Amino acid sequence: MADKVLNVSGLTMDFGGLRAVDTVDLDVRQGEIVALIGPNGAGKTTFFNCITGIYPPTGGDVMVIPPGMEPQRLNGLKPNQITIRGMARTFQNIRLFPNMTALENVMVGRHCRTSAGVIGAIFRGPATRAEERETISISYKLLQKMGLKKHVNDLAKNLPYGAQRRLEIARALATDPFLLLLDEPAAGMNPQETTELDELITQIRDEDGISILLIEHDMKLVMSLSDRIFVVDFGRKIAEGIPQAIKDNPVVIKAYLGEEFEV
Amino acid sequence: MVAEIRKSLIAAVWFIFLTFPLMVVKVNTIENTVEWRWHNMLIVGVTFFFLSWLWRYLLQKKEEGTLTTKGALTKWTDRVMNEPAIYKPLIAVGTVAALLGPLVLSEKHMQPLISALIFIVLGLGLNIVVGLAGLLDLGYVAFYAVGAYAYALLNFHFGLSFWAALPLGAGLGAVFGILLGIPVLRLRGDYLAIVTLGFGEIIRLILENWDDLSHGPSGIANIPGPTLFGDVLSRSDSTVLIYYVIIAMLVFTIFVVNRIQNSRLGRSWLALREDEIACQAMGIDRMKTKLAAFAVGATWAGMAGVVFAAKSGFINPKSFEFWESVLILSIVVLGGQGSILGVILAAFVLKLLPEYVRILGEYRMLLFGAAMVLMMLFRPQGFISNVRRSYEFHGLDEEGADG
Ligand SMILES: Nc1ncnc2c1ncn2[C@@H]1O[C@H](COP(=O)(O)OP(=O)(O)OP(=O)(O)O)[C@@H](O)[C@H]1O
Ligand SMILES: [Mg+2]
Repeated sequence: MADKVLNVSGLTMDFGGLRAVDTVDLDVRQGEIVALIGPNGAGKTTFFNCITGIYPPTGGDVMVIPPGMEPQRLNGLKPNQITIRGMARTFQNIRLFPNMTALENVMVGRHCRTSAGVIGAIFRGPATRAEERETISISYKLLQKMGLKKHVNDLAKNLPYGAQRRLEIARALATDPFLLLLDEPAAGMNPQETTELDELITQIRDEDGISILLIEHDMKLVMSLSDRIFVVDFGRKIAEGIPQAIKDNPVVIKAYLGEEFEV
Repeated sequence: MVAEIRKSLIAAVWFIFLTFPLMVVKVNTIENTVEWRWHNMLIVGVTFFFLSWLWRYLLQKKEEGTLTTKGALTKWTDRVMNEPAIYKPLIAVGTVAALLGPLVLSEKHMQPLISALIFIVLGLGLNIVVGLAGLLDLGYVAFYAVGAYAYALLNFHFGLSFWAALPLGAGLGAVFGILLGIPVLRLRGDYLAIVTLGFGEIIRLILENWDDLSHGPSGIANIPGPTLFGDVLSRSDSTVLIYYVIIAMLVFTIFVVNRIQNSRLGRSWLALREDEIACQAMGIDRMKTKLAAFAVGATWAGMAGVVFAAKSGFINPKSFEFWESVLILSIVVLGGQGSILGVILAAFVLKLLPEYVRILGEYRMLLFGAAMVLMMLFRPQGFISNVRRSYEFHGLDEEGADG
C-alpha cells in the first residue's frame, strides 16, 4: 500500500455554538483520488478551509507527508505557507483574479516557486528573464493541458463558466503541488464538460503523479473517479470506503434521503 | 418630455432657494445696507435647469447602455497605443517638445509646469499603491513631506547637496512607507483609508509643532537648487536644470512602473487587489507583498519631495496638507487606476489647467467634487483604462500536450 500524503486526525471546527466539523479523520495516499461527499451544509468546504489554513481549526491535527520527505504539521500555518508545502486548492465559489488574463492567473500560481523581487523587476537581468520565460512557458502549457489554449489572453472574468473552473485548476497546478484539493470542480458544468473534467482529473493523477482530494455532488463523477470515498453529515464522518461499498451503505443512503443520490 | 422639464424646473427652484442667501443677498456691513442681486438668481436658475437636464439625459443614456464604458476615448487610445506607426512618432514629438520646453517657455510658465510634472511622478507613485495593489492610501503626501524636509534639513544643518539628497529622500520614503505599512497591514478598504489619512496628518502636525526639528509653521527658507558639476547656478538656470531633472525622473518612473507592472511582483500586487484569499492560496505572502507596495510607492514620493524643496527654495507644512493627498489620489482615479498615460493626462488637467484657467482655480474644490462624481458614474475606470498585456506564443505548442 502506498504511503500517505495527507493525514488528518480528529479535525474539529466550531463557529460559535455551531460545530461545522466534528472530529473527522481522513487520509489520502500517494497517487490516490479521494472524494469527500455529504449533503449541503455537511461541513465539507469548512474541512478544506481548515486544512488549508483559511480557518484555524478548533481541534485536531493536519499532517502532510510530501513524497520522500519528513511529515510536517500544518496547524497554525498561513494559507500561503501551506501552499508552499505542496498542497494547492480550488474554490467552490470560483475565486479567480477577474481582471487579469487567464495566463496571468496561472502565472500568479508560479509565484511561490519563483523568486524575482523589485530589483530583479527593474533591471531584468538574465536570471530574471530566464525565470520569467520559464513561468510563461509552464503557465502556457498548463493552460494547454486544461484545454484553455484559445483563452490565453482573455480576461478571466470573460471566460465561460466551465473554463473558469478549469482555469482555477490550472492555477492551482502552477504551484507544483503533490496534493490537489478540488471543491466541487464540476458544479455548473454540462454533462459533456463533466466527462472532459473526469478525463482531465485522471490525467493529472496518472501523468503528474498528483494525489487528489475532491468535494463533489455529481455522484456519477465521484463513483467513476474515486479510489476511496469519505462521507460526512452534520460535520461528522459517517462512512468511508471504496465506491461500491459507499453506494450500498444504508447509513449513507439515509443521510442523503430526500436528496438526489443516484448513480 | 413635460415631466422632464418639470423635474429640471423643480431642481432649479431648489438650487435658487439653497443659494439665495449666498448669491442674491449681499449685506454691506459698513453702510448697513442690503443689496439684492436679482440677476444672480436668474443665472443660478438657468444654469441648474440645464445642468439637471444634462444630468438626467446622461443617466438615461447610461441606463440604455448607449453611453458604453468603452467610449470613444478608449477606442482612440487603444488604437494609438497598439499601433507603433502612430505612437512612435507621438513619443518622438513629445520627447522633443519636452526637451525644448525651457528654451521656449519663460520662467513664469516653467514653475507651474514643473509642479505638474512633480505631480505626475507623485501620481505614478501612488498609482503603484492604489492602482496596482489596490490599497487606498490617503496619507501619501506624508512621504512627499519626508523627502522635502529630509533635503531641506540635511542641507540646512550639514550642507547636503541636492544630488546626495535625491537617493536619500527615496530611501527615507521607502523606510517611512514600511513604517506606515507594518501597523496597517491588517486593515483594508475604508479602514485603511482612514488610518493612512491619520498618518498623513500626524506627519504634518509633527512638522508644524516640533519647532526644534522642523522650524515649525514658518518653515525652512533658502533651500538651494541643484548644482551643476559643482557650480552654483542662477535661479533661472537652476529652474531649467530642475526641469530636466524632473523630466528624467519621470522617464525613469515610467520605465520602472512599466517593468514592475509586468513582473512577478506586479502580478502579485494585481492578484492581491483582485482577491486576497485566492492570492494567499496561491502561496503569496500578503504582508510582504503589501509592504513592498507601500515601500515602492513611497520611494517616489520621497524623491519628488526633494525636487519640490529644491524647486520652491522654501517649504513649510502648508504644502503637505490633506488636500494634496486628495489631489494626487484624484489624479490616479481620474487617470484610470493602473494606467500610466491616464495619470499623465489627469495630472495636467488637475494641476496645470487651474493655473491658467482662473475660474477653475477659484471653484477648484467644487469642480473637483463634480468631476469625481461624474467620473464614478459614467467612467469608473478613469480616462484611460488599463489594458492587460497579451502574450504571443511561438514554438511552445509542439512541446506541450495538445490543447
Ligand atoms: N465562516 C462561517 N461562520 C459561521 N458558520 C459557517 C461559516 N462557514 C460555514 N459555516 C457553517 O458551517 C456549516 C458547514 O458549511 P460548509 O460550507 O462547510 O458546507 P458544505 O458541506 O461545503 O456545503 P455545500 O455542499 O453546500 O457546499 C454550515 O452550517 C455553514 O452555515
Ligand atoms: Mg461547500
